[in-house]
Amino acid sequence: MTVTDAVVSMESGTRRAEVVRLFLQPIAALVLVGAVLVWAFSQDLDAIEVVTLNAATLLKSTGEHVLITAAVTVLVVVVAIPLGIVLTRRWARWIAPVFLGVATIGQAAPAIGVIVLYFLWTEQEGLWAAAVPLAFVSLLPVLRNTIVGIQQIDPALVDAGRGIGMSSFTVLRRVELPLAIPLILAGLRTSLVLAVGTATLALFVNGGGLGFVIDSGYKVARPTVLLTGAALAVGLALLIDWLGALAERYLGPKGLR
Amino acid sequence: MPEQTSVGIELADVTKRYPGSREPAVDGFTMTINPGETTIFVGPSGCGKTTTMRMINRLIEPTSGRIVIGGDDALSLDADDLRRRIGYAIQQAGLFPHLTVAQNVGVVPGLLKWPKKRIEARVEEMLSLVGLEPEEFLRRYPRQLSGGQQQRVGVARALAADPPVLLMDEPFGAVDPITRGNLQDELLRLQAELHKTIVFVTHDFDEAVKLGDRIAVLGDRSRILQYDTPEAILANPADDTVAGFVGAGASLKQLTLLRVRDIVLGSAITASVEEAPSSVRQRMATEGRKFALVLDNRRRPLRWVHDRQLGGASLAGIGRPVGDVVSTQSTLQDALEAILTEGGDAVVTGPRGEYAGTVQLDTVVAKIRELREEHQS
Repeated sequence: MTVTDAVVSMESGTRRAEVVRLFLQPIAALVLVGAVLVWAFSQDLDAIEVVTLNAATLLKSTGEHVLITAAVTVLVVVVAIPLGIVLTRRWARWIAPVFLGVATIGQAAPAIGVIVLYFLWTEQEGLWAAAVPLAFVSLLPVLRNTIVGIQQIDPALVDAGRGIGMSSFTVLRRVELPLAIPLILAGLRTSLVLAVGTATLALFVNGGGLGFVIDSGYKVARPTVLLTGAALAVGLALLIDWLGALAERYLGPKGLR
Repeated sequence: MPEQTSVGIELADVTKRYPGSREPAVDGFTMTINPGETTIFVGPSGCGKTTTMRMINRLIEPTSGRIVIGGDDALSLDADDLRRRIGYAIQQAGLFPHLTVAQNVGVVPGLLKWPKKRIEARVEEMLSLVGLEPEEFLRRYPRQLSGGQQQRVGVARALAADPPVLLMDEPFGAVDPITRGNLQDELLRLQAELHKTIVFVTHDFDEAVKLGDRIAVLGDRSRILQYDTPEAILANPADDTVAGFVGAGASLKQLTLLRVRDIVLGSAITASVEEAPSSVRQRMATEGRKFALVLDNRRRPLRWVHDRQLGGASLAGIGRPVGDVVSTQSTLQDALEAILTEGGDAVVTGPRGEYAGTVQLDTVVAKIRELREEHQS
């Protein structure tokens, strides 16, 4: 037990900071959103403001926002993780820079531009018309971290796995992927934050989301509406980032923690 | 544990050529590895010893040649199946950090689809075998273990499916010298019990001498410079390269291989405490000895007495206490050490500490000379 204790006490400093943050972040997000909502609804709202500033509309927009974020996340996970795995196989390694290059362009390009280009190309509107280009924009962190996560594994472990009789697929499933999970989760958290932020742009292709509330407030020159939409978007981003942090902390392999 | 028949390994003209390099990495390697013995590949880094070993379990596919393990052609078997039948231990153990000790040790039985209960029982058995208390270690993760403990778990994992062949690639290279010594002793103990066919790669010649039944000294491209018992290589290195590798002090290393039981013990004049000094003196005079060994009533050595000290009425309390004694199991190195510290013959004792004889410097010298002559022919 002394070995365990030593390890824990060595890391406890940074761990404590992390625990505090895990605890405070959701509270901060809820306080921010709560305060802005209380303030907004205690104003004398005129007829134009009431069109947007009502519980049903705000809930609907928030729900749509979460849905877009979820769709983007699913797309990113389904595309980036398998692609990252394939690109670390010996026979595909040479082509990895090509994909990383494309994904880097995706991240460098402004999200709004990618959304518009995708719309011009497909002429589709709605949830997926926003989710697909946003997934392209937020693909890179997961792709790169999957590749790096697998490449940074001590080759001796892969050698040990093969040496004791694991097939290359078993080594991938039981050694490489579990050990890459912490980095993949970190990438996913970055992607999530990118997605939840850029999802405000979905309104340009009729995707809904909190962008709608912000945009309404701007167009009808009602700062109360604008501020409420912005506060909801920020609060949601903080909550999603917090969920990502929780996942990083509790979904990684136990022996590495 | 079921007694398993040991299997031998035949390597015939095994060659590894990497594309793009003109010289083969391993060139026509031919060797017979005896069943149930520890065979050490020793040589400078980059000589191809690891490559040669890794061709036995086909982590590296030979370019040409034949490898037969226990009568089966290794190159025509499925590589993954083959490896599950060959234990594999590497430097720094290569334990999977995200798996517990129990899961690490149970990997190969799991791959072989053993029932869960049998795996659990086997894991506990293996941990006990390598000297780790199962209760304490089963649920630990590798990073909660010291280097030596990790290495033990690595050996337990390699042995878990009871493979007849065990490949070890510098397994003790990354631990401190004291732990390394302990792990080597442990391996010797295990091997005395299990009789696996072990192929062990190291660049440490002393380790090779200590662990090997046979040593293959390898040169460039895995060329076999000498393949013989440690005694023979120490006594008669095949060429200057081997001699250089054996290093200085071959005769001293030779002493670590010989046991006191391998030589003819000398005898001292002995006397019990009750005997009258005058009668002892008389016997010493007859045999022309200056010293006698006083034994207690259970024949355990007590003191050396010189004939000049025998003027008194009793043997009690006179002479110089015997310090360092050796047993018949001790190495001749221990015996030499005792001779040097005692400043005379080393006293040999039996299992219950009783006097069994002495080792004389001349006997040690003669034994080394005899070995050299024997291996010179």
